[in-house]
Amino acid sequence: MLASIVTLGLIGLLAACALGFAAKKFHVEIDPREQALLDILPGANCGACGYPGCAGYAKGVVASGSIADICPPGGQTVMQKVAKIMDLAPVTANPQISVVICQGDNKKAVQKYNYLGLTDCRAAQKLADGPKTCPAGCLGLGTCAMICPFGAIEMTPDSLAVIDRKKCTGCGKCVKACPRFVIKLTPLDATTHVLCNSHDKGALVRKYCQVGCIACQICKKTAPGAYEIENMLASVVYDQHREADQAVDKCPTHCIRNFASGYPDGSRFAAPTVPIKKTKAA
Amino acid sequence: MSSSALKTFPGGLHPPDSKQATAGKPIELSPLPVELILPLSQHIGAPAEACVEVGEFVLKGQMIGRAKGFVSVPIHASTSGEVIAVEPRIHPSGRLLPSIVIKPDGEESWCELFPADPEKLTAAELIERILQAGIVGMGGATFPTHVKLSPPDDKPIDTLILNGVECEPFLTADHRLMLEAPKQILAGINILRKILQVEKTWIGIEANKPDAIALLQELCAGTGIEVVPLAVKYPQGAEKQLILALTGREVPSGSLPMEVGVVVQNVATAAAIATAVIEGKPLVDRVGTISGPLIKKPKNLRFHCGTPLQHLVDLCGGIEHPPAKILAGGPMMGQTQLTLEAPATRGTSGLLLFAKEDLPLRPQTPCIRCGRCVQVCPAGLLPTTIAAYVRLDLIEAAEQTSAMDCIECGCCSYSCPAAIPLVQSLRQAKGMILEKRRGA
Ligand code: SF4
Ligand code: SF4
Ligand code: SF4
Ligand code: SF4
Repeated sequence: MLASIVTLGLIGLLAACALGFAAKKFHVEIDPREQALLDILPGANCGACGYPGCAGYAKGVVASGSIADICPPGGQTVMQKVAKIMDLAPVTANPQISVVICQGDNKKAVQKYNYLGLTDCRAAQKLADGPKTCPAGCLGLGTCAMICPFGAIEMTPDSLAVIDRKKCTGCGKCVKACPRFVIKLTPLDATTHVLCNSHDKGALVRKYCQVGCIACQICKKTAPGAYEIENMLASVVYDQHREADQAVDKCPTHCIRNFASGYPDGSRFAAPTVPIKKTKAA
Repeated sequence: MSSSALKTFPGGLHPPDSKQATAGKPIELSPLPVELILPLSQHIGAPAEACVEVGEFVLKGQMIGRAKGFVSVPIHASTSGEVIAVEPRIHPSGRLLPSIVIKPDGEESWCELFPADPEKLTAAELIERILQAGIVGMGGATFPTHVKLSPPDDKPIDTLILNGVECEPFLTADHRLMLEAPKQILAGINILRKILQVEKTWIGIEANKPDAIALLQELCAGTGIEVVPLAVKYPQGAEKQLILALTGREVPSGSLPMEVGVVVQNVATAAAIATAVIEGKPLVDRVGTISGPLIKKPKNLRFHCGTPLQHLVDLCGGIEHPPAKILAGGPMMGQTQLTLEAPATRGTSGLLLFAKEDLPLRPQTPCIRCGRCVQVCPAGLLPTTIAAYVRLDLIEAAEQTSAMDCIECGCCSYSCPAAIPLVQSLRQAKGMILEKRRGA
């Protein structure tokens, strides 16, 4: 008994000494600014800055001495702090937010076949371009929700991806992951969007979706500066997004939504009256 | 069963073979459909490029799509008639892809053909004729044959294997071809032997086709070609598994059969090669098995490439109810079709129709770790582990677990009691690994 206690104690002591020695001997001097940066970065390690995680970003910024690459999730607040630590002039990070531009859930849009495979939009897209008849709408299998490092995307019971405007940091990971290219990065203060991604002709869109854009021009006639219609699909001109709200109630297929007055059907998110500015990710 | 004495490979399984409906039926000729839809992509590799215009009159065998690049083949008119459209049409892959639509004139007039004596041609000339005839692997993979026959100089080939296994349930097209056109197949084999200068030639046939084995054994006597009966087990006809069973050589992970000095060709491809080289006729038709529980009169049909699937169904007695599943190819590896409007192409070895009752649909449940997928995987992978990596987006882990070695035979999905889409997960893993490698 005593022997084993002594032996174990000795082993412990020896290991402690070795570790202590190694820590001293192999100590790496890091720039204090790197640590200071790490302390104020969101810590989500999302990679949206183009570096492998927040530590990579801190290192990159210190090494290059430039803050041309911004931290999108951190937004303006974090970039100001970064500029201060680096003693550089702050760069403007236009705050952005992702929006799924489709409301064609399984109740509103038609499926061309019965999909029974993997719960992954990228896999489904490989089978005859996905089960949805609409060539561009949300497949609803939640790849974006799995990818989002901030847990900002929920899937509605009828399989539509909806992005929480409070949680999304605009990191853009979902935009890259979505095989349907149905997620767009948009200015944070623009709350009105045309929620459709199909460039098909109106008559065809009506066949497969109740809430699709039919390019009828009514939105553009109502608020001429705020909308443009390209290739059979309307979109908001974000420089003039404030006027866009006027057309929301005029759209015959209800595919324009002002998120200030609510999220798409089935979403559990509460209606945000004003876009919430993000600082540090929780 | 004496199958234990027969050559085979580890893993695999025994799905019901369901071949009795057509195994005894001679190949019938399909009459011309109202229109032929010829996709410019009927092979693996770059799609051909259309070289005819709407309104043009074309002759049977005339090139209507030019090969684009080395891994590509030309497309030919499968009958004479008028080009009525060059536009995207539904493709067996379910996508809308560029196709040439021909309205047959009913005359079947051939373009000028240049028959040749293979004895008098060099290997390079033979390969050129094979390329110009648009020959692709007819077992279903549709890989351009001329590419397989042109291995780099540092990869000497000493063995040729003819694949007459036909291990997919329902399909009997190759079986019938071996019975009805064995001389054609042998002529093709001789051309292949001349090109590759191999020491050894095998024909591998599953032991459930004793008539074909006996016939070919008789015809091959004294030719140096060895006809070998193989154990009845799926996927005996998969390239790497067939090579292992016959030669005992294992194709290393991530490489092609030429790495171990082997070229494998399907028996139907061999027959098409003979037609192409000797008669000068390109690949414009093929044999396929039309079967499945919904088909009233299952048949083996020789059809024109580009024939709409609906036409083939009508020739086999039509159907009363809309099918719940349409498969081009066999039930294990075939491609599900969205509609019968899609055409049968150079790679369509079969057309199978099923009603809802025929489909063993079960809800997906969590993995019970029974290990069946691991047991049956002929590539020796851990399908359930790789599927989990895919769910978690751990692509590097999937790569390290050899996901790229998956041959997509479907054994894992077939045997999984939890109905997990394993083979789709593996395919997804492979796609994402390739994407990552391209990006890296
Ligand atoms: S038509 Fe528009 S709203 Fe409807 S499913 Fe397609 S993209 Fe979505
Ligand atoms: S937005 Fe894209 S990734 Fe997200 S569920 Fe829809 S299709 Fe899938
Ligand atoms: S929703 Fe998209 S852009 Fe927003 S935080 Fe999530 S992944 Fe990033
Ligand atoms: S066969 Fe299915 S249930 Fe069994 S271990 Fe494999 S994945 Fe799991």
